[in-house]
Amino acid sequence: MTAVPTLAPAPLASVKRISLWRRYLRRPLGVVSLAVFAVVVAVAVLAPWLAPFDPNLVDFRLTRAAPGGEHLLGGDSAGRDILSRLLHGARTTLYGAVITCAAGLLLGVPAGVAAGYFGGVADRVCSWISDALQSVPGMIVLLVVAAGTGQDFTVLMVALGVFLAPGYYRITRARALAVRREPYIDAARVAGVTNARILRTHMMRAVYAPIVVQTALTAGIAVGMQAGLQFLGIGSASTPSWGQMMNDGFQTMLTQPLILLWPSIALGVTIAALAFIGSTLADLVSVRSEQPSRRSRGVVRRALAASEHEPSGVHEHDASACALRIENLRVGYATPSGAVKEVVRGVSLDAAPGEVLGIVGESGSGKTQTVFAVLDLLPAGGTAIADSIRVAGREVGRGLLGRSIGYVPQEPMSNLDPCYTIEHQLVEPLRHVNGLSKADARARAREVLVRVGITDPDRVLRSYPHQISGGMAQRVLIAGAVAGRPALLVADEPTTALDVTVQAEVLELLRELQREYGMALVIVTHNFGVVADICDRVVVMKDGRVVETGAVDQIFRRPADPYTAELISASLDDTEGRHELDALARVGGEDEAR
Amino acid sequence: MLSFIAKRLMSGLLLLVVVTSGTFFLAHLAVGDPTPGLLGNSATPAQQAALRARIGYDQPLLVQFWNWLSHAATGDFGTSWRNFQPVNDQIALRVPVTLSVVVVATVLAAVVGVAVGIVCGLRPGGLLDRGLKLASVVLFALPGFWVSLVLVTWFAIDLRWFPAIGYVSPEESVGGWLRSITLPSVSLALGAIVMVAEQLRNGFLQVAGQDFVRTLRARGLSDRRVTAHVLRNASPAALTVLALLFVGLLGGAIVVEIVFTLPGIGSLTQSASQIGDIPVLLGLTAVTVVFVVIVNFLLDLVLGWVNPKVRDR
Repeated sequence: MTAVPTLAPAPLASVKRISLWRRYLRRPLGVVSLAVFAVVVAVAVLAPWLAPFDPNLVDFRLTRAAPGGEHLLGGDSAGRDILSRLLHGARTTLYGAVITCAAGLLLGVPAGVAAGYFGGVADRVCSWISDALQSVPGMIVLLVVAAGTGQDFTVLMVALGVFLAPGYYRITRARALAVRREPYIDAARVAGVTNARILRTHMMRAVYAPIVVQTALTAGIAVGMQAGLQFLGIGSASTPSWGQMMNDGFQTMLTQPLILLWPSIALGVTIAALAFIGSTLADLVSVRSEQPSRRSRGVVRRALAASEHEPSGVHEHDASACALRIENLRVGYATPSGAVKEVVRGVSLDAAPGEVLGIVGESGSGKTQTVFAVLDLLPAGGTAIADSIRVAGREVGRGLLGRSIGYVPQEPMSNLDPCYTIEHQLVEPLRHVNGLSKADARARAREVLVRVGITDPDRVLRSYPHQISGGMAQRVLIAGAVAGRPALLVADEPTTALDVTVQAEVLELLRELQREYGMALVIVTHNFGVVADICDRVVVMKDGRVVETGAVDQIFRRPADPYTAELISASLDDTEGRHELDALARVGGEDEAR
Repeated sequence: MLSFIAKRLMSGLLLLVVVTSGTFFLAHLAVGDPTPGLLGNSATPAQQAALRARIGYDQPLLVQFWNWLSHAATGDFGTSWRNFQPVNDQIALRVPVTLSVVVVATVLAAVVGVAVGIVCGLRPGGLLDRGLKLASVVLFALPGFWVSLVLVTWFAIDLRWFPAIGYVSPEESVGGWLRSITLPSVSLALGAIVMVAEQLRNGFLQVAGQDFVRTLRARGLSDRRVTAHVLRNASPAALTVLALLFVGLLGGAIVVEIVFTLPGIGSLTQSASQIGDIPVLLGLTAVTVVFVVIVNFLLDLVLGWVNPKVRDR
């Protein structure tokens, strides 16, 4: 047995688990909104003691009285103290919100867990009910319920909770589905852990955070809907509520706008506080995707320019004879902590027309980042600087992609746009990048599909990506990459995602096309079998630097760096190139013995 | 494609039957004896019994249900229990008003929301994006009638740009119609705009990070053309939100109409609810569900056109 290579990931620094609660308290907006909400809760609880008057006590002298004196906020149209009604209204509002959230939670969460975890009929039935509930105008049905039970607000709030339950259901179902697919759940089942126990321990942990977020949002909506219903005159007249106070103020809006103002402020502030609590929580469990700003890109650029790594790697060819020539490439990413992570640290390499260059290294060695920098397609947050990157003699920039550079990606199925036909995806760049007419572009697309070995090009052209196989998709992608007759073809692990039987065919196809078009082919791989199969020269990378560069047989025979030797011996046994590789290694061994 | 359409239509019909039947029993359960509400507390038992007989309330519930359902299936929702006018006529008179407000609000939400969503998706972290985030938090939760009260105070009472109340039909004056529904539509649309924008923005960024977008760029396509691909892939989620919003806006319109005293289905629903006029409530439920079914059906058609995978299902 070959020695187990030391390809284990670098040890992770122990991550301190900071509780959601403590991270929440670091957000100023979150703290303020929580404090505001706490005040509302305190007012609601203490209303009987805080309120200066009985909220229902009618004093005719107080009718629409201006603020001042004993009655800080004046009186309403029936001669009742507004401040007292406002304080008691907080009680009604919160009571309603609690009932609604509880009803939504109790209905939505168990249904969501059942649907997501068990699937099948439970899922279909629950999802249909949820969809149906969402397509019913809740307000009308609530008014139907109110028709008979108008005085009983609790029933109405439960009914509202039913209509808001789909929010809980959907989020719980999605989380439960995700958890269900986790390998550790399978492991737990195999180990004999019961469903009930799995649900109790794992599921609750997975759905906890989104449910808290959802509850803050639901409470906000519930408070608003509740006020809307009270505004329509539903609910007991003897129970003070903000919606009913707004209705009262609305009647005299033109003459006494203050009566409308107080409950509106109370309602607006309470809802805003709940909304901001929800949004801060959502941020912490990262529901919204944040993007690195442009400023951070400048920071990365300066940090890369200031880094003092010597360029690594050598150039084989004369600068004028290169299809690709990279000088001292550096790639960095901004990390959330503000530090810059340098993933490529001074890489130089080149490739001539008609040459196949392999870039080899373990994951994290920077090989893919290097080619993405050449393509100018680094993921968001990534920034590259180099002394020079030239493709076919021209400095890399917009205008080379699709014309001088072709790119074959790793994963065939995720690299075709699911919404367009293959024909559209092949023809669009030919027309708008390579300037062909519509008919010429179509003819060229068909021709190149035939060239990559597709026997029924017309059917494939008509197809959508989900209608063709992975191997065929990879051929389509290769066809797209070479359709514009590029000088340089970059292939990123082009066979990794394919069946073993298809792998060799795709490599053979790449080699044929490379010869036929006289392209330089740069192939990124972690697999020395692929290297032995197809490459002329190899660049070995580790930790963002070139470890060694050389002709393939030389690298196999006498790896100059121990890391290269390790990589070669770690290459998998079941790859197509293994026998060639073994033969080479044997020759190399004999060489050394001599 | 035909079977896809047939399936969606069947499912819409099923929804209509289930919801209206559910509402029928819910209403009868909730209201109990409607006659005191209809006649007032001063009515004598004999008057109440006469009314019960006239509206068929003395028959068994299932018989009443069958009577209602068999008529409703032909499009006849019976007569109001209060004034014995046909429910259909009353609703037909008011639906255009509500639809004006809701459709204008939906179009506003679609146009403005999509525009804002694209800009924010193209420049995440920019000024507009941060503004959108703040606005989406607050406007999502604030109820439409609250917003409309604020708008009325500013634009109708202080600035006098728009009428505070009343409705002008488009046959009378198109300009007057637009002025009369501007504030109600905007109050409804504000929350919807930020929801559409936020949904599209997040979908846009999610799609923009997918592999095939990098491959499209690698083929040399311009930013504008790549954006078109991203948008098409991001649109289903935003469209779904828009359809859900339509439902929400129909409900929200009921309260907003009261604020602006528009003669839409809002005031009809409110009064029918207060006196327990079940036939009117059922008719209103059926009509709104029909609109929802139509909108959902259109959404399905558009989704099928946008995303070929849906068609094959």
